[in-house]
Formats: sequence, C-alpha cells, structure tokens
Amino acid sequence: MHPAYSVILFTTSSGAGLGLLFWLGLANALGLLPSSATFGYFSVGLGLTLLSAGLLSSTFHLGRPERAWRAFTQWQSSWLSREGVAASATYLPALIFAIGWDLYGQTGGIIAIAGLAMAVLAVITLFTTGMIYASLPTIRQWNQPLTAPNYIVLGLASGAVVLTALLAMFDHVPVWAVWVSIICLTAGWAMKTLYWMAILQQEPRYTVGAATGLGRFGDVRQLDPPHTMANFVMREMGYAVARKHANKLRRISVALAFVAPAVLSVVMLVADPDLDIVLALLATVSMAVGLAMERWLFFAEAEHVSMLFYGRQAA
Amino acid sequence: MTTLPEKTEKKLGLLIDLDICVGCQACATSCKEWNTGGYSAPLSDIDPYGRDPNGAWLNRIHSYEVSTNDTSRTVHFPRSCLHCETPACVTVCPTGASYKRQQDGIVLVDPDMCIGCKLCSWACPYGAREYDYAEGVMKKCTLCVDRIYNEHLKQEDRIPACVRACPTGARHFGDYADPQSNVSTIARERGGYDLLPDIGYKPVNKYLPPRPRRDAVTNEDVKAAAARDVMPTDGSKIERLFQWADKMLTR
Repeated sequence: MHPAYSVILFTTSSGAGLGLLFWLGLANALGLLPSSATFGYFSVGLGLTLLSAGLLSSTFHLGRPERAWRAFTQWQSSWLSREGVAASATYLPALIFAIGWDLYGQTGGIIAIAGLAMAVLAVITLFTTGMIYASLPTIRQWNQPLTAPNYIVLGLASGAVVLTALLAMFDHVPVWAVWVSIICLTAGWAMKTLYWMAILQQEPRYTVGAATGLGRFGDVRQLDPPHTMANFVMREMGYAVARKHANKLRRISVALAFVAPAVLSVVMLVADPDLDIVLALLATVSMAVGLAMERWLFFAEAEHVSMLFYGRQAA
Repeated sequence: MTTLPEKTEKKLGLLIDLDICVGCQACATSCKEWNTGGYSAPLSDIDPYGRDPNGAWLNRIHSYEVSTNDTSRTVHFPRSCLHCETPACVTVCPTGASYKRQQDGIVLVDPDMCIGCKLCSWACPYGAREYDYAEGVMKKCTLCVDRIYNEHLKQEDRIPACVRACPTGARHFGDYADPQSNVSTIARERGGYDLLPDIGYKPVNKYLPPRPRRDAVTNEDVKAAAARDVMPTDGSKIERLFQWADKMLTR
C-alpha cells in the first residue's frame, strides 16, 4: 500500500496526543500530577494540539476536504466514521478538563471525572483507528488480531514519553512517569515484534490462480496488463518495499521507537535529575522518528489482494 | 446510508464468458465513452497525450497465460465491479456516498457526497474502484444505471454499454435473483463461478470458465512430431492426409 505522508503524520501525531490525554486524565484522577495551572495549560494544550494536527493532516489526503464533515454520519457501519466521531467526542471532556484546571484551578470532582472520560474516549479513538485497518480482509498484513491493540499501545507509549518530557520541563520527573514509559515501551516493542513475526511467518492467503479462478486450469501469469501506464489501483495498492530494506527499516524503527527511549528512561532513573529534561526530549525525538518509520512500514509492507490481477503471484 | 439492505428485490449483474472473450477492449472503450458522459461524468484522464497517460476506467481487460507442463493458452479477463451482495466498500464509507440499491442491488457512489478518502478502494479485493484525480471522488461501474432504465433509448440499448458493445457475445446482463433468467440459466449450465468467494463479499457477477480445447495440440505432440520430423495432427482423416502429403513433399 502506498504510504501517504499525511496519514503517517496523522496517526503518529494524533496517537501521541491521545496517549498524552489518556495519561493526563488518569494521573490527575490518581492525584499524581503537579497542580500548577501552567502545567495543565501546556499539557492538555499539547495533547489537543497533537490530536488536532493529526486530524487536520488527515484531511490533506482527501479529494474533497470541504466535505469532511460528512464523515461523521456513517458511524453505524464505518470504522473511519467511528474514528471521526470518537476523536471529536474526546474534545468535549478534554475542554471541560482544561477549563476547570486552567481557569478555575479545579482538578477534583467533576473535573477529575471529565479527565477520566477524556482518557476512556482517547483509548476508544485509538482502537477505532486500528480497526480501520484491522477490519480489511483485502490486506493480510493489516487484517491481524494485533493490529488494533498495536495502535492503542503505541499511542499510549508515545503519550507516556511526551508526558515525561512535559513533566521534566516543569520539575524533576516523578519516578512513576518514567516507569509508565518503560512499561509501555516494553509492551509496544513486544507486541510489534509479535506482529512482525506473525505476518512474516504466515503464508499468503490468495494467489493469482485463486483470484482469477483460473488456477485449476494451470499456472496463471499476467501476459498483458489492461493499459500501458500505472493506474490509480496500481499506484495506491501496488507500492511494495523490498524485503531486504524492510528488514533493515524494521530494526532501525525498533531501535528508535522503543529501545532508545526505554534506555534513556532507565538512565533517567539513575542519573542526575538535572539531566531529566535532556534525556526526556531525546527520548521523545527518537520515538517520533521511530514511530514515523514504523507507520511507513505498516503501509509499505501491506500487500493488497487486487494486485494479484496486476501481476503479483500471491498476497 | 452505508448499511446494506437486508435483501434486494433484484440482483442485476453481468455474466462474463472467459471462453469466448477475445480481449478486443471494445467493452472497455464503450464503457469509457458512455460513462464519461453519463452518471459518472466526467471520467477524467490525466495527461492523456503526454508521458504518463492515466485515467479512471470502470472496466479493465487483462490477459493471462494459463499453462500446464503440456500446453498453454491465453485467457482474456474483463474485470469490473461485481456489485457484491455484502460489499465492504459500501460499509466502510464514512460519508454515505457509497450505497447498495435495495431495488436492484446496484452499488453506486454519489459523486456529490464522496470526500475522496479512498477507503472503499482499499476494501475492494477486485480493484474495481478507481479514483478520479481531477474530480477528487471515487468512480466505479454503475451497471449503466442510466441506460438500463432509460426510456429514451431503444429497447435493445437498455443494457450496459459493455454488453451492447461486445462483438463476440461474451457478456450477458440479467437478474441473478430470478433462477429462470438468462444469466442464472447459463451460469448454472456452464459452471459460472465467483471471484475470491473466500473473502465473503458474495459477488453477484459471475465468470464462465474457458472450455477444454477439443483440438489442443500439446507440447508433447509438438515434441513427438519434431522427433519424427512430421507435423502434429489431431488424428482426424483430413489432417492425416496432410501429414502424409507433408511427408511425401519433404522427401
């Protein structure tokens, strides 16, 4: 599948924003956050900015962005519509949470409940994003049980790393935030590794013989394509990354997205607290680059069944 | 609405005969000609006379080689929307632009509601939906919904443009919900099959398999004949006569 940069930016940015909102809502309810209104302003603000930047960039790949509002209507059948509804619904408790905290200095009671509602909706939104891909039987690499959980865990992990950086900017990082990062990063690394093992070990589901129904008469290969130049279907679904490159990119993305931030977090536990901010920012940058690569691979490694008609032997 | 109708009154669709399709592209060009002025207008082409010509077509004709150790043959393979009974291209649509008609089962895109997110094309295993880069919306086969009910046309023209254009009669159009219809009857008699039934979209259009070749000269025949330095025959009297003549003349 063609990796659209707007979609890569959207899912990584809004994923981190939703993860951050989740941890803010949960940590506030547990009384773990600094009560400073400035911290509240910046942290909820950053979460909503990342989410909004993602949603905005997702409209860039639309042919008719001015009609994007219509995407809220078909939540009964469409995961994409559900994602739009869930993402928008997250704003409501998030704004109540932000206003209560920043303007009225309140973080308990109804404001804490709004924060929890924000956390729940954030996870639901991450799940709907994953389901857009996981629900497509046309793409084996996406139609996997781990696809949606991966989106949730990667969102929560990047949110935790961003929260750690924010906490470091305001004060020394509390130990719990570092541990949350380490646990999430370990879980993300483990699940993504299991996902890659699964898609690499599975056999392709369909062949050109099965797709055309001609396999029972012999070996099928494309003789003449229907046209001389690539059409939309070939441009959109025909993108493929060489196996050799994919292996290398997979290793680099694991190193940047999981290993480096986790190691930096461990260092944070033992090093001079004055270094927290440098370590946390490094972890954030590393994770951002690693997740962008991971997301690029998620598309580039996905093989669409329709390509069987266009010369691919199996998918 | 992108939720599917529980049942459609008719199941209009095509039956494509892979045995007699000659790959002439008449159906594809006729489709393009009709639809660039009809429901899907315009069916844009990008850079049509330049270096990288491409455009939205609703019907594509592939050619495959089907070979065994013994012999090989060319099968021309027209591919367009199969108007599935449970198509995920409709249910994934976030806007309601994609829908399946309750009266006849035709799957359509409302070009005024489509936002061009392309998710429907990802959901289609048949590569049947093509994005119109100039219009920013998705295009697909309409089963010529603007011909088949068009009372301004003569009766014989009230069929999809591809079916009307086919010079060999390789395309049939009819109602699969009616077991006595032309398409149901022929599909039953000739072993009409579904494409990728395992995916579970229940395609309506069916394909007729190529018939076994009665006069197939196999690779073995050719090799054996070459070894004996005689031309291969199918065993008929007239061919044996030619074989004899060939032998006499090469002496």
